[in-house]
Amino acid sequence: MNAPGAKILKGETGDWEIVIGMEVHAQVLSKSKLFSGASTQFGAEPNAQVSFVDAGMPGMLPVINAKCVEQAVRTGLGLKAKINLRSLFDRKNYFYPDLPQGYQISQFKDPIVGEGEVVIDLPSGESRVVGIERLHLEQDAGKSIHDQHPDHSYVDLNRSGIALMEIVTKPHMRSSEEAAAFLRKLRAIVRYLGTCDGNMDEGSMRADVNVSVCRVGGYDKFRADGSFKHLGTRCEIKNVNSMRFIAMAVEYEARRQVEILEGGGTISQETRLFDARLNETRSMRSKEEAHDYRYFPDPDLLPLELDAAWVAEIEKSLPELPDEKKARLIQAGLSAYDASVLVAEKESADYYEAMVKAGAEPKSAANWLSNEYFGRLNKAGLTLADGPVTAAANAAIVMMVGEGVISGKIAKDVLDLVWAEGGDPRALVEARGLRQVTDTGAIDAAIEAVIAANPDKVEEVKAKPKLAAWFVGQVMKQTGGKANPAAVNAALKTRLNLPDEG
Amino acid sequence: MSNFTLASARDALKAKKISSKELTTAYIKAVEAARPLNAYITETPDKALEMAAASDARLAKGEGGALEGLPLAIKDLFCTKGVRTTAGSKILGNFIPPYESTVTANLWKAGAVMLGKTNLDEFAMGSSNETSASGPVFNPWRDGTKKLVPGGSSGGSASAVAGDLCLAATGTDTGGSIRQPAAITGIVGLKPTYGRCSRWGIVAFASSLDQAGPMTKTVRDAAILLGSMASIDPKDSTSTDLPVPDYEKALEGGIKGLRVGIPREYRMDGAPPEIAALWDKGAEWLKAQGAEIVEVSLPHTKYALPTYYIVAPAEASSNLARYDGVRFGHRAKDVKGITDLYEKSRAEGFGLEVQRRILIGTYVLSSGYYDAYYARAQKLRTLIARDFTEAYTQCDVLLTPATPGPAFGLGENSDDPVAMYLNDVFTVTVNLAGLPGLSVPAGLTAGGLPLGLQLIGKAFDEGTLLRAGLALETAANFTHKPANWWSAS
Repeated sequence: MNAPGAKILKGETGDWEIVIGMEVHAQVLSKSKLFSGASTQFGAEPNAQVSFVDAGMPGMLPVINAKCVEQAVRTGLGLKAKINLRSLFDRKNYFYPDLPQGYQISQFKDPIVGEGEVVIDLPSGESRVVGIERLHLEQDAGKSIHDQHPDHSYVDLNRSGIALMEIVTKPHMRSSEEAAAFLRKLRAIVRYLGTCDGNMDEGSMRADVNVSVCRVGGYDKFRADGSFKHLGTRCEIKNVNSMRFIAMAVEYEARRQVEILEGGGTISQETRLFDARLNETRSMRSKEEAHDYRYFPDPDLLPLELDAAWVAEIEKSLPELPDEKKARLIQAGLSAYDASVLVAEKESADYYEAMVKAGAEPKSAANWLSNEYFGRLNKAGLTLADGPVTAAANAAIVMMVGEGVISGKIAKDVLDLVWAEGGDPRALVEARGLRQVTDTGAIDAAIEAVIAANPDKVEEVKAKPKLAAWFVGQVMKQTGGKANPAAVNAALKTRLNLPDEG
Repeated sequence: MSNFTLASARDALKAKKISSKELTTAYIKAVEAARPLNAYITETPDKALEMAAASDARLAKGEGGALEGLPLAIKDLFCTKGVRTTAGSKILGNFIPPYESTVTANLWKAGAVMLGKTNLDEFAMGSSNETSASGPVFNPWRDGTKKLVPGGSSGGSASAVAGDLCLAATGTDTGGSIRQPAAITGIVGLKPTYGRCSRWGIVAFASSLDQAGPMTKTVRDAAILLGSMASIDPKDSTSTDLPVPDYEKALEGGIKGLRVGIPREYRMDGAPPEIAALWDKGAEWLKAQGAEIVEVSLPHTKYALPTYYIVAPAEASSNLARYDGVRFGHRAKDVKGITDLYEKSRAEGFGLEVQRRILIGTYVLSSGYYDAYYARAQKLRTLIARDFTEAYTQCDVLLTPATPGPAFGLGENSDDPVAMYLNDVFTVTVNLAGLPGLSVPAGLTAGGLPLGLQLIGKAFDEGTLLRAGLALETAANFTHKPANWWSAS
């Protein structure tokens, strides 16, 4: 595997490298919350999905949701990570109105998942292995709403207690592109696994990005001896909630740090907020202002002990993940590029696989999707899920081309028809008489008609064999585009006595 | 009425010698007459009569549960659906729980009748019942005419049982809150093994130590009441999944061959000689009934109190964070912003002892102090628990004093928290180790005040513990009753 070199930031006083680590909060896909039976459905009326536990009522106790534990283990396995058979839940204490218990139940010292890795593919064709430090389970907080009343704030506790997986990477990303690519890849993995819906608009996936800069070479020393002293002081940028914003935030932040350092200043470790409107990061709180969370093991919960056999069962049930799928598609004859495009989103991979399963030839199916269908979806602003043509229909079209039933040109028309009207493409081809004409009698008749109408052209073509293309076009026109172009070519050559290499 | 125990009242009801309505009415009157004791925070006579009528209907049909028609008092730390629950604090305001704690739900399912909610130290933090926002509780026992505290934190329940204001009561015990008041009011108090009774719906003080248990007139009653309080509760992750044995049946069989350990570290310098004498007498009583007395060592005993006063406040500081004035309970008025709301609501709502413990707990968990206090306390806790494991290789139960002395006067320990905390010196080890402990009334001081002895059992071996308790009770033959000075009439 070829890893890219460092991306260099040019400064006044020399070159700098960017070092990026990430903390991603991924909402666990589960019907109920981490420690209560309340629903996790998005979009309910405020405070409609709050149990007594979620509201922090006196005497209420948390009970771990086994499904959430399974999802965390599944994710850990998908990240090729170590599953810790014994983990602990801790309380992270702080006061906030959307935190009803006055503490968040999280995992501090002993997380459920340890070290793992994610491979990211870069547009250059290079790959980067990003180390995963840990994954732990924790409760989400509620939501404070400040804009509904001039004097009061409102609190919606629907989110309170929903299970989150906090996935922490090592500082292994070296550019804004890599940071965005990492998040895209992580999102694909959890969606393949079915452990998080990856919906960034609804807040199901949120990223905090740690950025630092160092002189060229510092990072390699860090990788060699593991000492953070070779790296610069990092700043954490909170809640950057789209791939584009991640890239923007990293670019801005790295530049800001370089300017400070080159001006003789020092970076102070702090938490910063990205403002997408102004495209800048702003200080939220310094290290000195950081909370003392007074972590301690939650006495309401026993240590979480997992059975190795149970973990093995989950491992056996893991679906094929993007990397493996990509390798398989390349094996089946797809280009690395096409395979990457298809596996990047679970939906596109599933769609493609459904086409192949329906009988479409793998390479043709991949070409058809990237050249025709995805383009139409893009133009219409539709996602694959919202698109009007089923995988079976697209497969039928591709197969008809392969069988010589329709030409590639007609295939595009058929797609347009199915897009607009729906229906079975094969039936449509029959009903509309779009079947390619390979019947030599019909083709010959069309040729005779063209010759009869253009005797002058017959003479010309004998002198200039290249004019044969004109005849082919006329015959295609005569047959309404349904004639098989290869058959027309062959018949014309015979009829006009043209040389083979005409 | 005052001659009834839980067992005898049960039998009288079954034999239809009395109705639950008659029994309940008599207790309602006794409760009303005893208001000067301040044992109850909330009386629920209408609810009691309603429940009694339902019980009588079931009894008439020959049906009914183990506690059918028996009037009980409930410590006001158990959330009771539709009945105000205060935890002895102002901060809960007029909080009326929309849910019933598992323990009380078990009791009502067994047919018990609720007379009301008993007074307690605020959030169960105290050993004298003087920290309650509802005012102090008085011990039915007096030193001459001097009024005494009933102990704490389950002081209201202890006074209610000792003063015949109920047949039996529930308590909770985090460091001795059942056993200490039981001992100094002359009743039986049992703290079960941690995990035996569900904590669900009990206002939390220190989650790893809190345990509900019975406060009764006799050991048999404790066995009966525990049988209904205990359950397997999937809503409490720390509760056990062991089935509940028949504790009353476990009383049978005597103690021949039982090995009773006497921990030498419990002989404290400066302890009143009466305590040591009673302890020796207790050992003789058990020996006379066939038990074997063995001296054992619990070497880390001296660390128990400091360990407890780190662990319990640490957990409390976190458990009590939810009382912030935002969603329920007391909210300060005229505040500027959220921090002001928190600070004022909590300053107004919490009493001084609770504030002290929140501060201690916050301190010991703070970064920079965690390792020096909380982490070390956890290590000591492990060592204290191991002491017991090792002792139990030589004995089946342990016999110790229950308290360092008899009931004391109001205000006598209030300005010295350390002196107050010393009340728990014989009881906290049991909570730290998660074991069952039973306080049995064993004698009177020269001044005529009750003293108790404590038996400590193996985890989930309440059966043996109760059987040993019955032997102690039989030998002690404690039949003393406080003179009724509190009734208005």
